[in-house]
Amino acid sequence: MNGKHRLSAASSPHICSPFGTRSLMLDVLIALIPALCMAVYFYGPRALILTAISVGGCEFMEFAYRRLMKKSNTLGDLSAAITGVLLAFVCPVTLPYWIILIGDFFAIIVVKQLFGGLGKNFLNPALAAHAFLMLCYPIPMTTWAKPLEWPGLGISVPGAVTCAAPLSAEFMGSGILPDASLGDMFVGNIGGCLGEVSALMLIIGGAYLLIRGVIRVRIPLAFIGTVAALTFLFPQGNGHLRWMLYSLLGGSLMLGAFFMATDYVTSPVTAGGELFFGVGCGLFTVLIRYFGSYPDGVSHAILIMNSTVCLLDKAGMPARFGVAAGRRKAFWKKFRAGGKGEDAS
Amino acid sequence: MKHTFYGGIHPAEHKETTARKPVAPLSKAPSQVVIPLSMQPDSPCRLIVKVGEKVAAGQQIGQADGPGAPIHASVSGKVAAVEPRPYAGGGSRMSVVIENDFQDTLSPGCTPRSSWEALTPQELVDIIKSAGITGMGGAGVPTHHKLSAALGKADTLILNGAECEPYITADHRLMLEQGEKVLGGARILMRALGLDKATIGVEGNKLDAVEHLKNLLPTGETGICIRTLRTRYPQGGEKQLIQRITGRKVPPGGVSADVGCCVFNAGTAAAVYNAVVLGLPLTHRIVTVTGDAVARPKNLMVPLGTSFSHLIEEAGGFVMDPARVISGGPMMGTAQHDLSVTTDKTTNAVLCLAAGDLPAPQREQVCLRCGRCVDVCPMRLAPLYIHMYTQRQLWRRVEDLHAMDCMECGCCQYICPARIPLLQSLRTSKFEIAHRKGAEA
Repeated sequence: MNGKHRLSAASSPHICSPFGTRSLMLDVLIALIPALCMAVYFYGPRALILTAISVGGCEFMEFAYRRLMKKSNTLGDLSAAITGVLLAFVCPVTLPYWIILIGDFFAIIVVKQLFGGLGKNFLNPALAAHAFLMLCYPIPMTTWAKPLEWPGLGISVPGAVTCAAPLSAEFMGSGILPDASLGDMFVGNIGGCLGEVSALMLIIGGAYLLIRGVIRVRIPLAFIGTVAALTFLFPQGNGHLRWMLYSLLGGSLMLGAFFMATDYVTSPVTAGGELFFGVGCGLFTVLIRYFGSYPDGVSHAILIMNSTVCLLDKAGMPARFGVAAGRRKAFWKKFRAGGKGEDAS
Repeated sequence: MKHTFYGGIHPAEHKETTARKPVAPLSKAPSQVVIPLSMQPDSPCRLIVKVGEKVAAGQQIGQADGPGAPIHASVSGKVAAVEPRPYAGGGSRMSVVIENDFQDTLSPGCTPRSSWEALTPQELVDIIKSAGITGMGGAGVPTHHKLSAALGKADTLILNGAECEPYITADHRLMLEQGEKVLGGARILMRALGLDKATIGVEGNKLDAVEHLKNLLPTGETGICIRTLRTRYPQGGEKQLIQRITGRKVPPGGVSADVGCCVFNAGTAAAVYNAVVLGLPLTHRIVTVTGDAVARPKNLMVPLGTSFSHLIEEAGGFVMDPARVISGGPMMGTAQHDLSVTTDKTTNAVLCLAAGDLPAPQREQVCLRCGRCVDVCPMRLAPLYIHMYTQRQLWRRVEDLHAMDCMECGCCQYICPARIPLLQSLRTSKFEIAHRKGAEA
């Protein structure tokens, strides 16, 4: 029998799970579809075109950079497509197309590829690009189209019917509830960025990701829970519960909690780290909303927490199996010693 | 109080192929058996027969002077050679080759005992030792060692009927067909340890075995308790099973006895029964021969030292090209390149995977930091960080992350969406750390 067969020898394990990088990313894209559909319903085909341009832009930047730098083509992992969709989701539908391409450039080239590509960037590319666009183009980035009044499809739409978003200087920024009902807030019949308005669809997408096991519940739960607790305890008028619900449904909280803060690359891997991360995101969101100059703090809160991930992972490292007490102490001792005595041989 | 173990995965079970097939004897006895002199690493037996000598089945052929267990001839016949032969665990080992005379003459020492209840614990341990019984599930630790180490320390006896690896049904069939031997072995082990309670943990994918064992227990039985465990790999890991059943956690570098537990495989318990009641040393075991590449997967009662190629012929031979032949299960088993290797006391399966069963060869991708490896690690390690530091050869950091606690269950590598060989990194780091420790000492 020997010699007749070509047996491959490899070390165990000999089987692997059917879920690969690509299938996980595909699941995220699928989970974003409901919110996109709602955006098209409220803001018309321009929402779809803007998203498509953003995706195309991201894919092109990724392809061109990897090609120029003679690196492997990574379009197949679909991560650039997700960045494209997410960036479009945090922009107003009236945004001129060329601005979102600048955002794509910043997200893919500056934030992602210059740091080494997928898995190496420490900031969420879409959110970093959003922050960059907010700095460079504050007016177009905060011009909200009125829902159901579909803006034109031109490169820029100066005559679009606009309205104020619930989270803005006019409304919740100054402690006044917007005139939209809670139901409108929930379905997304409000002004705002094209993908963030429909809490309902984002929750459906988030639930899909949770059920498929793509994301874990810890970060969204800690994030939303912290915002809920803080806004309930410290409302800026209009009753505890009402203020809390408006705070949860306004702005990009749901989008951020389910799709941005859970970005694998820029969130902690340890359970403790994830909880800290979620709580931190929630805390900074409320602090920026209450005391900052931006009406919505979600994206900046996540960016701030992104930069602490390495520390959170260390702090959240699970207790060693079979050793319970005294471990934290030992960790902080080692931490303060700053990893001295490192051998790099 | 319900406990659970950390992490774990649930790969496709593939047990249905052989779960309903009764254990069959070999249709054709092997013409020769090759029995390695050392079934435990570093403790070879001293040969006590000569080349050319006739041996009977069950006759002792190797004396354990060190910490190992003695070995016995599994068939009767003539000692043809004593030479290094390829070993299923890797490399080659000095082995006794016995030409089968197909007489199956039983050694005169193998006589049943009328009763064992009057034997003292020490006498029981001696019988178990002389029968050459070792753990039949995983590492193959000699059973008398575990018993001596646990004597006086253990307050809980656990029998491991989890059989959490995919494909394997050897213990499942054993519990179904020889349930009374498993329970009898449990009672003997209880007496040897001076305990009046034992728990048998069986995974929920073997409910028929649970039902059968429960029916075998006399009404009002309080000593032996059968627990159904939710199917999850690696439930059969000793530390995991202890954690699952008692909630206790074996400290790093410790053994089960440190937390008052003593764990034996269900197969080991049956072997103990055979030794103490029937007077038979450990010479046979159940092996599941399975996988898409063989024609008729089955459970076989196999004399130790039967070659893999013989077992594959018993299962109807290959129907398609085997891509990989594994001794053991797909998670922790060892891939073989030579089918003349033979079964030993721990070989629970010969798994012949066709190319379609193996994951498609795929290039390793970059780590996404998805954290799945951390989530599934039953020892609560962070494999992605250990991998990262191993690649940079920062061994002290790797040690700080407790890489030595890794038991190589393979969950991290199974779950990794980027197909990173995490377990290989862990093995490398464990080797380096141990090597450095050795150099310092």
